[in-house]
Amino acid sequence: MTDKTLPNSIDSTLDLLARADYIADRSLATVLYLALKMGRPLFVEGEAGVGKTEIAKVLATTLGRRLIRLQCYEGLDVSAAVYEWNYGAQMIAIRLAEAEGEGDKARLEHDVFSERFLIKRPLLQALEPDPAGAPVLLIDEIDRTDEAFEAFLLEVLADFQVTVPELGTVKAPHPPIVVVTSNRTREVHDALKRRCLYHWVGYPDAARELKILRAKVPGIAKKLSEQVVAFVQSLRKEDLFKSPGVAETLDWAGALTELDVVALDPATVSDTLGVLLKYQDDIARLDGTKVKALLDEVKSELRAAE
Amino acid sequence: MAAPEGRLAENIVYFARALRAAGMPVGPGSILDALEALNVARVGARDDFYWTLHAVFVKRHEHTILFDQAFRIFFRKRGYIEKLIASMIPQTLEPAAKSPAPGAQRIQEALFSGLNERAQDESEIEVDARLTISDREVLQKKDFAQMTAAEIAAAKDAIARLTLPLDEVRTRRLTQNRRGHLIDIRRTLRASMKAGGAVIDLKYLGPRVKEPPIVALLDISGSMSEYTRLFLHFLHAVTDARKRVTTFLFGTRLTNVTRAIRQRDPDEALAACSANVADWSGGTRIASSLHVFNKQWARRVLGQGAVVLLITDGLERDPDDTLAFEIDRLHRSCKRLIWLNPLLRFHAFEARAKGVQTMLPHVDELRPIHNLDSMKELVRALSGVPAKGYNPKDLLKQVA
Repeated sequence: MTDKTLPNSIDSTLDLLARADYIADRSLATVLYLALKMGRPLFVEGEAGVGKTEIAKVLATTLGRRLIRLQCYEGLDVSAAVYEWNYGAQMIAIRLAEAEGEGDKARLEHDVFSERFLIKRPLLQALEPDPAGAPVLLIDEIDRTDEAFEAFLLEVLADFQVTVPELGTVKAPHPPIVVVTSNRTREVHDALKRRCLYHWVGYPDAARELKILRAKVPGIAKKLSEQVVAFVQSLRKEDLFKSPGVAETLDWAGALTELDVVALDPATVSDTLGVLLKYQDDIARLDGTKVKALLDEVKSELRAAE
Repeated sequence: MAAPEGRLAENIVYFARALRAAGMPVGPGSILDALEALNVARVGARDDFYWTLHAVFVKRHEHTILFDQAFRIFFRKRGYIEKLIASMIPQTLEPAAKSPAPGAQRIQEALFSGLNERAQDESEIEVDARLTISDREVLQKKDFAQMTAAEIAAAKDAIARLTLPLDEVRTRRLTQNRRGHLIDIRRTLRASMKAGGAVIDLKYLGPRVKEPPIVALLDISGSMSEYTRLFLHFLHAVTDARKRVTTFLFGTRLTNVTRAIRQRDPDEALAACSANVADWSGGTRIASSLHVFNKQWARRVLGQGAVVLLITDGLERDPDDTLAFEIDRLHRSCKRLIWLNPLLRFHAFEARAKGVQTMLPHVDELRPIHNLDSMKELVRALSGVPAKGYNPKDLLKQVA
């Protein structure tokens, strides 16, 4: 846990992630290693609940860096993302200058628009030097904001600098580690993607999901964990509007252990289906008989594998 | 880093060209990135080599398949990658690495032959576009299905000249607005600084307005064949004028042709569209096409108050409950669903067909689109003017 230097190979990147219980596949470790080594932002896309945001969090903890998160939303603008002036303090400064009879307008303006009155928002914070090393900047769900903001990000992500009209250009001495995530509710423009290394985070296979489950829900029984993973994997093959992600698997396993379930049975599955599926149509599709059929299939497969 | 990578660089360039030929946007920048990445990653295994190139070249999830195919074909020869990897390490550089890369040559030929034979449509008809006024008037009212080739060419011309007014929705973003309701402190302060801080001249902010995205779903089945070409021209004109337009074609299956239709020249755009589509003038499966759209695309293209144009005659081959379910879901996930039906040109059109009856309750507006006049009216409707007489419920009442 003490090693906080950047990894120097793909294998050590895998280890780094595993230290924080993030079980990644080799493709993710490769792209992450390249992003760290080449100093490029990492653009991760994928379905909801596959651990995109988690990547940045894990990086911050294992590398001992500060995590700066910018949650995107429609209407996100410069004053919420980059900087804002402290207007109250500026007003007082102006009044004070008046009271003291300060007549030099140019000087007053220079004083009022100085760093003292600047409120730094996430993007500007991420460009500041940090004794622990450059921070991890997480730009979460970029697809939720609009094209205008995306265009603004181009400068930040390409050159790691921001221009404040009154102050000039702020450039990061050490570029931050940038992770951009998107749920694909709209296509992000190619110009932005071009500056990043791209990775699609898919659903894990059964073996890896089992590893993740055991790492994240330590108290879970062996048999239950196998059944949970096999059931979720078979659910993903169904024609559902929204397949359950890894986050749902973990929630479900947590819920089942809370209920002291040791093995899955149709009734329990039907009762707790709301943890896995979030659309009424999907839940309606999986009625009692369907759940039973799926579960029987899963159990016989598991028996065969033993 | 100059010497050891001679052959590698060359191969990466070839590979990038193969990817480009396969339709992936791979620029010279990515090639440099790829070389840097390979240098940095110091890859030792085939898998790492694959994912390193993947990280640099693939910028969209859909392209993973293309990349995978190209990679397999390009680096098919056993031991070839290992040789390449070995060539990256300076110490083990040997003259044997000089042998030409046969795989590279082959993919070159395989992928590049046929690239030049661009489909050239020679059947252009010379038309005198300077129509007289009365000619033009006739053209406005004439059904697309009854037009001659010359008239169609003139109609295309007219479509290209359609002025598309700005349809606007309010966004949550703010902009300077004299009659806005929020104080813009930043500008206010700056303005009062000019006056030495003595006068506070309030500046205001109001919501910014923006064009909503348009998503067009165009039926290209046999029953619509007389109209599809002109509708594509129409959609091309709309795509040209507005930023966020997504176009899908569907017959028995759904195809996204947005990229193809974005080309400047309408004829080239249309040729690119038809190259993408496998099911021209076949049957219609509205329900299954909508299902695919709802599942794969709706969440990606219907954000930010999208308007959906569903262009179909509604003659579903096998209407059942799924059609009602899918159109209902589509209706609930967009801001406004406009159904454009060329069959509405008949005054006596009644919602008798089962498919039409199923779909009607779920659309916000039902409009005809069979001549230039109706197209113009649609354009007006898109600018947000609430339409009269296009309420789908009226038609349902007539039948009942």
